[in-house]
Amino acid sequence: MNPRMKKLRTCLILATIGFANSVLVTPAFAQLRLTITSGVTDPIPIAIVPFAKAVPVDGGLDVAQVVERDLQSSGRFKAMARTDMVNTPTSATEVDAAAWKQLRVDYVVVGRLVPLPDGQIRVEADLVNALTGLNPFTAKSTVPAANLRKGAHRVADMLYEKIIGVRGAFDTRIAYVSVDGKPPTQQYELYVADSDGANRKVVMRSKLPIMSPAWSPDGEWLAYVSFERRVSTVFVQQLRTAKKIAVSARAGINGAPVYSPDGKKLALTLSGSNGNLDVYLLDLSTQQLSRLTEDQGIDTEAVFAPDGSALYFTSDRSGSPQVYRLTLGSSERPRRITFSGSYNARPRVSPDGKQLALLTLVDGSYRIAVQDLSNGTVTVLSKGRQEESPSFAPNGAMLIFAGRDRGQGVLQTVSVDGQIQARLDADAGEVREPVWGPFQP
Amino acid sequence: MIKGVHMKKFVSIALVLGSIVLLASCGTKPEEQPPPPPAQTTDTSAADTPSATDETATQGPSGELLSKRIVYFDYDSAEIRADSQSVVAAHARYLATAPAQKVRLEGHADERGSREYNIGLGERRGQSVRRALLLQGVAEVQLTTVSYGEERPAVAGSDEQAYAANRRVEIVYLK
Repeated sequence: MNPRMKKLRTCLILATIGFANSVLVTPAFAQLRLTITSGVTDPIPIAIVPFAKAVPVDGGLDVAQVVERDLQSSGRFKAMARTDMVNTPTSATEVDAAAWKQLRVDYVVVGRLVPLPDGQIRVEADLVNALTGLNPFTAKSTVPAANLRKGAHRVADMLYEKIIGVRGAFDTRIAYVSVDGKPPTQQYELYVADSDGANRKVVMRSKLPIMSPAWSPDGEWLAYVSFERRVSTVFVQQLRTAKKIAVSARAGINGAPVYSPDGKKLALTLSGSNGNLDVYLLDLSTQQLSRLTEDQGIDTEAVFAPDGSALYFTSDRSGSPQVYRLTLGSSERPRRITFSGSYNARPRVSPDGKQLALLTLVDGSYRIAVQDLSNGTVTVLSKGRQEESPSFAPNGAMLIFAGRDRGQGVLQTVSVDGQIQARLDADAGEVREPVWGPFQP
Repeated sequence: MIKGVHMKKFVSIALVLGSIVLLASCGTKPEEQPPPPPAQTTDTSAADTPSATDETATQGPSGELLSKRIVYFDYDSAEIRADSQSVVAAHARYLATAPAQKVRLEGHADERGSREYNIGLGERRGQSVRRALLLQGVAEVQLTTVSYGEERPAVAGSDEQAYAANRRVEIVYLK
């Protein structure tokens, strides 16, 4: 497809999902497009009125639209079309709550951008309950002018928390791997983007596979596996400086890195030259290595419990891949914790430590499930045939994972109750292995 | 339960060893070996020249079996398929007589399931070819393994044919 056609197709897709306005505003950012495929049956009607602008320091960014898209992407809101708005107030005092109630909205968001003497911009958004008209709430965020999108996401986080009661995770980032070209000659890229797919930046590019990205707890580094030396190597890379350190390039497999909750260690998979995969712990400052599992089966895909007291990992020591739990600093044998089905792998722990997301084989399809760690109940969340790599949002409300759509790898999100589903499509190539980053300062 | 699994593993290793011994015993009469699978060579023409753009690789020896560099496997299995045993045996014979020649065994899996677990499955396959070569007189220093899991498919596609073509070990002759 030539670039003009591709652009046309992009525009058509955007138009069909109601984001037509954005095409003119943010085409350079729109490499991933979000579509809600299933929302709550009863979304909250909300009107997000265009904000008072701060020309020219706002760079033309439609902040209200970023906020609107964030809230819509949660699947919990239904935003009123701008063309249906009767007037466009920019502060709570100008909002006639009763009039908006007549238009069948529960909440009205109005706002403005306030340029500050030091060059920063304060984003202010008032939330008015149209049903009561009482106690308006104001969300505020001060950001450098160049970083206005961040201010919009933060305001969306605050509005979401005020209405839903759960901290929003819009001001977060995701990392993912993109693959272009046809086998056997493919090009691999590691990206970081805002949680809505905007602000995409290349972290690393290679003609050989890149896989298994993992965030440091402070969001400053990514650990990943690269085959750029034709054998596997685990790197850590600082995002701000692009400084890249090979932390494990041992004989055999160097794979599946994850950071410890204190950010000082990596759990990773090594095989040595005899090919027996086990999980190890690597101290990043001393390079000291300690072995955590010892079994002839494949032990891999470790992840820490949020309090750092235990590891969950995949092992096929019982004959099929299942998830095990290992208490750190204890001599107990790892305990198997998955029992339903013949394939349970790639565990990830929810931020509160109460749930496990995993890849499970059900009815011949690989799907994303969550398992309640207290009672073992398994809930299958996704509906595809070949899905993988679940990763929790830092607020624990959503999961991002990789699925397939007409043979292409796409990113998908799902709420932990399975009700709300969305798809993030890429312009070109295949996207996979999404990992949701931590809350940002 | 654990015991049973180890037993199962032992049995499957014994089976592999047994078939290697069988092969080795008929190794002096290569004309009696079964013909290579015709279907695979047509489906995977791109993959029949592994690592074509690999600057660390060299063309390596030629010959009916030696020019075949791909060993195929069944689903969820690391046992060298019967139709690939003659290829492994031919490379073993060649490498045993060329002790300075090194090869890299690149293990691969089909795209189903978890990526890092598939790295493990690819490694198992690479190790299975490595063990077969060692048992047939190749020296340890001649062999390295790498697993690409499902990351470097030989062919695109999500059907049985593509899966079968992608479950493989590529024998790469190094410079």
